[in-house]
Amino acid sequence: MKHVLKLLSLLVVISALWIGLLQASIIPQSHTWLLPIYFIVSLGCYGLLMVGVGLMRFPTCPQEALLLQQDIAEAKDFLKQKGVDVGSD
Amino acid sequence: MDAETNKYSIIVPTYNERLNIALIVYLIFKHLRDVDFEIIVVDDGSPDGTQEIVKQLQKLYGEDRILLRPRAKKLGLGTAYIHGLKHASGNFVVIMDADLSHHPKYLPSFIKKQLETGASIVTGTRYVTGGGVHGWNLMRKLTSRGANVLAQTLLWPGVSDLTGSFRLYKKSVLEDVISSCVSKGYVFQMEMIVRASRKGYHIEEVPITFVDRVFGSSKLGGSEIVEYLKGLIYLMVTT
Repeated sequence: MKHVLKLLSLLVVISALWIGLLQASIIPQSHTWLLPIYFIVSLGCYGLLMVGVGLMRFPTCPQEALLLQQDIAEAKDFLKQKGVDVGSD
Repeated sequence: MDAETNKYSIIVPTYNERLNIALIVYLIFKHLRDVDFEIIVVDDGSPDGTQEIVKQLQKLYGEDRILLRPRAKKLGLGTAYIHGLKHASGNFVVIMDADLSHHPKYLPSFIKKQLETGASIVTGTRYVTGGGVHGWNLMRKLTSRGANVLAQTLLWPGVSDLTGSFRLYKKSVLEDVISSCVSKGYVFQMEMIVRASRKGYHIEEVPITFVDRVFGSSKLGGSEIVEYLKGLIYLMVTT
């Protein structure tokens, strides 16, 4: 099944639940009508939270740049000795 | 699968990488001492003499270890992999970038992970502990994180790093997945891993560090964002 169809069926199930709630009147109607808005807003907030948390915890590796420079120097030495042209970039 | 009989074909597409290709070949040989492998350089007619350097490297390391399979001009990454695949004699294929943003020191961890888990694909991820990125400013990190959250929410891909292109594939799996991919650029990398995930292939991840050496080149203008969104929708609808 294509992924978009999976998402749409999920949406259909959630909508069916919502309509069921509207008809069953367990929660007052005025509240039930607003549920989709709450859902979308919560989803948006969750997304922003994930972005924020991810940004704070974004793994960085400044030491890798240094290690890379060392590797490059080592490689250039070896290759120059063996006659490979490591001149320009 | 007997570990002793595995051979790894490392496909490196190049364009104007005359210095980097020599460095990366040296580092691959340094880190894969007891491994049976070959490096397949797919050069798209680089005007800077990359192919000359590869020929010098062939004299040093052997023409059976370094294969030069060039093309006449820049023809894109996907076709470069397909071209490289045709000449691959290994039962595993590694794809990696030539500009040293992918460091060969991680190759043993890819191989180890695959042997331990029997996975069909091992993909490098920059976004987990042990991995990381250097050379990105805040804006770049924000865009990357935002793009990732969006992709995770919409696609449920099963991997943490969708646009990464440092991967180990079983050769048959790569052949299968690549034949059904049509996108270009980084969306192509996303399409590969998402299609593989949908087909049920066992995918594992290893942390890698990514040192962005293309400083100052902002690959993220408005048009890139639009391309990305179009790519996401395309993947949602066709996978």
